[in-house]
Amino acid sequence: MQQISAACLRLLTGLRAEWQGCLPSAEPRVYFANHTSHLDAPAIWASLPSICRSTTRPVAAQDYWTAGPIRRFIASRVMNAILIDRQLPTARNNPVTFIRQAIEDGASVIVFPEGTRSPDGQIQEFKSGLYHLARDLPHVEFIPVYLENLNRILPKGEFIPLPIIARATFGAPLGWIASEGRHDFLNRARQSIVALMQQTLMEPLDNTPLHSAEAFANELA
Amino acid sequence: MNWPDRELGWLIIGTFMALGCASLVGLILRWQCGPTKTIENLNSRIVAWWFMILVFLGAVLSGPIVVVVLFGLLSLLALREFLTLTPTRLGDHRALFWAFFVVLPIQYIILGIHWYAFFSIFIPVYVYLILPIRSAAAGDVQNFLTRTAIIQWGLMICVYCLSHGPALLTMLEIPDYPTRDGKLLCYLVLICEASDVLQYVCGKLFGKHPVAPKVSPSKTWEGLIGGVTLTVGLGTALWWVTPFSPQAAAGMSLTICLAGFGGGLVMSAIKRDRGVKDWGQAIAGHGGILDRLDSFCFAAPFFFHFTRYFYSTI
Repeated sequence: MQQISAACLRLLTGLRAEWQGCLPSAEPRVYFANHTSHLDAPAIWASLPSICRSTTRPVAAQDYWTAGPIRRFIASRVMNAILIDRQLPTARNNPVTFIRQAIEDGASVIVFPEGTRSPDGQIQEFKSGLYHLARDLPHVEFIPVYLENLNRILPKGEFIPLPIIARATFGAPLGWIASEGRHDFLNRARQSIVALMQQTLMEPLDNTPLHSAEAFANELA
Repeated sequence: MNWPDRELGWLIIGTFMALGCASLVGLILRWQCGPTKTIENLNSRIVAWWFMILVFLGAVLSGPIVVVVLFGLLSLLALREFLTLTPTRLGDHRALFWAFFVVLPIQYIILGIHWYAFFSIFIPVYVYLILPIRSAAAGDVQNFLTRTAIIQWGLMICVYCLSHGPALLTMLEIPDYPTRDGKLLCYLVLICEASDVLQYVCGKLFGKHPVAPKVSPSKTWEGLIGGVTLTVGLGTALWWVTPFSPQAAAGMSLTICLAGFGGGLVMSAIKRDRGVKDWGQAIAGHGGILDRLDSFCFAAPFFFHFTRYFYSTI
């Protein structure tokens, strides 16, 4: 079931995984990625080699993934997701506790530290959960993942995915620096994904300014 | 499966022999020079050629419907590569949905039911006018003209132009010449791809002066002239496959070569602008589907309309 779902998703999204800064590993890890689409978590999950995939659990929003029998089935039976309540992070149902527990039980997890999907594809500020997780688990590898084109396949507010080709780039593990504060750690984590984004070649249209008349004249001259 | 007629049979045997020779040369090169990067790329290209030719011939021998379906799938994969590399904005999601799931199937259904009048104007007229309305209704005006042009251009090249290949089977009626068995399409594919390969080979062997160095350093005058000369020779020698006289076959081959060269140049310009070498990774050694189809997309409409104007009764 897992194999078939992953193969279907890879076919639909033409998904390619690029292991740029690290190699796949069955050791417990934290993959953290930019978030633009509901397909993000399934995409990273499907792009992993099957041996890592079976022990990797996406962290996903409970309200979305328990709405309707199909989503519930995919989340619980196929991806074995860790569902978290986004509304009320109290001491009793703190997501970090659940995630840490899963990692201590030998699973890898996929998290989206922006907390919510970015409306325009830009990478937003990271929530502090990632820092608490890293502080509690200093020996676990934190791998930045840059997801590309998922927001074109299934953007926020749309229902039908387009057959555009997606790409997941896996960067180098983020080391834990004990002296680093929360703000600096989150900044460094965010920058590691921004760096992956900047070296991929497909710039989004928003970042390609139209030629101004002056620049155009200079180019002609 | 239809048993090929004698001329198509010879064409297939000839192609297999040529490809067999290429495989043999590839093996000898590896044995002589060791598995260098260039030779390994050459060999994976040749293996991919076997695969592509077997798929194509399988479709042609299975009849026009299978050819139409095959080209429909190729259009889908090509459009996917095109739109992946050329940026659109979120406001285009619905328009892109229409492009992939409505426009593309309709174009190939029209092709299957032989409705020439609609086939020739559906994308250039109706889709051209209606899709931007959908994008505008979504309310996002930033870079509007660029985005509209990208979607329309992608549809024209990857769907409209590509569909002129199978149109050779379903949209032509030539006296004393069977069009539905796909001989003319085989001729077009053979000449177009031979032109690509021979330009590449001549360019690798003798190439010195690039035609457009900023666009594609591998396209040289030596490769162009050598490749086109050899391909026109081949196309003229194969006149018996077509309804053309030898002189006309030479003219048609020259048209295919020049249109194909232009297509490669234009599609390279888009790739350079986007800062990539290939359209994708779909075919080992070749790059993406569009890297293989770029010249065909430009040559097919010329070949189709020349044939239709001069030879077809409908």
